Amino acid sequence: MRPIGLLTAAALSFLTSVALAAEGKEGMPQLDFKNVLLKSQIVWLVIIFVVLYILLSRWALPKVGAVLEKRAATIAGDLDAARQAKGAADAAVAELTAKTREAHAGAQAEIAGAVDAAKAAAAAQTATLTARLDAQLAEAEGRINAARAAAMGALRQVASDTAGVVVSRLTGVAANAAAVDAAVGSALSARGLG
Amino acid sequence: MAAEAHAIDALGQFKLTTALGPIGASVNFTQSNLMMVISGLLILGLMVLGARPQAVVPGRLQALAEMAYEGIRKMCIEQIGEEGKAFFPFVFTLFMFVLIGNLLGLLPFSFTYTSHIAVTLTLALTVIVLVTIVALKIHGLHFFSYFFPPGAPVLLAPIIVPVEIISYLSRPVSLSIRLFANMVAGHVMFEVFASFILMMAASHALGSFGVVGAVGPMALNVALMGFELLVAFLQAYVFAILTCIYLHDAVHLH
Repeated sequence: MRPIGLLTAAALSFLTSVALAAEGKEGMPQLDFKNVLLKSQIVWLVIIFVVLYILLSRWALPKVGAVLEKRAATIAGDLDAARQAKGAADAAVAELTAKTREAHAGAQAEIAGAVDAAKAAAAAQTATLTARLDAQLAEAEGRINAARAAAMGALRQVASDTAGVVVSRLTGVAANAAAVDAAVGSALSARGLG
Repeated sequence: MAAEAHAIDALGQFKLTTALGPIGASVNFTQSNLMMVISGLLILGLMVLGARPQAVVPGRLQALAEMAYEGIRKMCIEQIGEEGKAFFPFVFTLFMFVLIGNLLGLLPFSFTYTSHIAVTLTLALTVIVLVTIVALKIHGLHFFSYFFPPGAPVLLAPIIVPVEIISYLSRPVSLSIRLFANMVAGHVMFEVFASFILMMAASHALGSFGVVGAVGPMALNVALMGFELLVAFLQAYVFAILTCIYLHDAVHLH
């Protein structure tokens, strides 16, 4: 409590001292307009401020501005280069993809062609083989039929001869060739051989 | 107690003296002007040395210079519009001059030139004269329509026009007194609390209590220093942004 009370007391005494000073000979130095230094201060202020303005606007600020512009240009250039590089990379990737697809398609077509050719060759081979086998089969059948016909012809002769001989031996009379032949023919046809 | 209170001289710090020895005295060059020259050299040094490395990735000094440059430039363009680029060097000079003046004044044994109403009023008058010239140059006599807002009833003109004129003319007053009063108040408080430290520590009545109690005003002064740093930036910013707003009015009217 004590320091606070002291502070209040001191603040009060300060205020009175300021009031006294304001009433007294001194007052605020800032409001002492009779002071020559107050006026000269302003003259020098104007000179210093104008010189500072000229130096800043003509010399110092453009330097900083140039650095900032240079940086902006550098960044823009770098971004541009990066964008171009990305474009080139994208184009290369696209080209690669296209080439791969093309190669894939080419390979596929070649495989299909080869398979087709092989199929056609196989079919052709099969066809010739079949034709040859058919021809051989037909020839063989022809030969069998011929052999069979020959065998059938011989059978009738043998049967007629045998029947003539059997009739002549049993009867002692020479058999009627025409009758024997007719009988053999009917017998053979009855057995399904004539 | 009364004798000790009399020792507080809170206003003596604002007293002008001549600087630079007999040469300065012969041309009435004050210590206030010396601080102006120093702050001008600091501003130029910051910008020129900051721009020297020309690094794409800036160092500390370069970053500071670029931050100041781009911050004020952005403020000009945002407040005034595209025309603001033309006023950027002026607003930059004004802002940095006030800011560095405020900050330098916080150093012990230095002098705060922004604590002089004559200085702040000169700066404010420069702003208002510039604003008026810009407005007259762009709009010619049409500028005077600024004092009568469009759409207001003509009957009220006798009231509105004087009010608008007074508000226009009070701009330099408020602009200058705001900065001046803020800086004076801060520095008077520094002085008063610093005097309290000495008074309490040296007081015979308080004895060793006084030495312990002196920590109070000391702590207040430490806190006040942080606060004054904020005020130094804030007042420079307010001065610059009000300049921009007035320039916006001059360029666009209303």
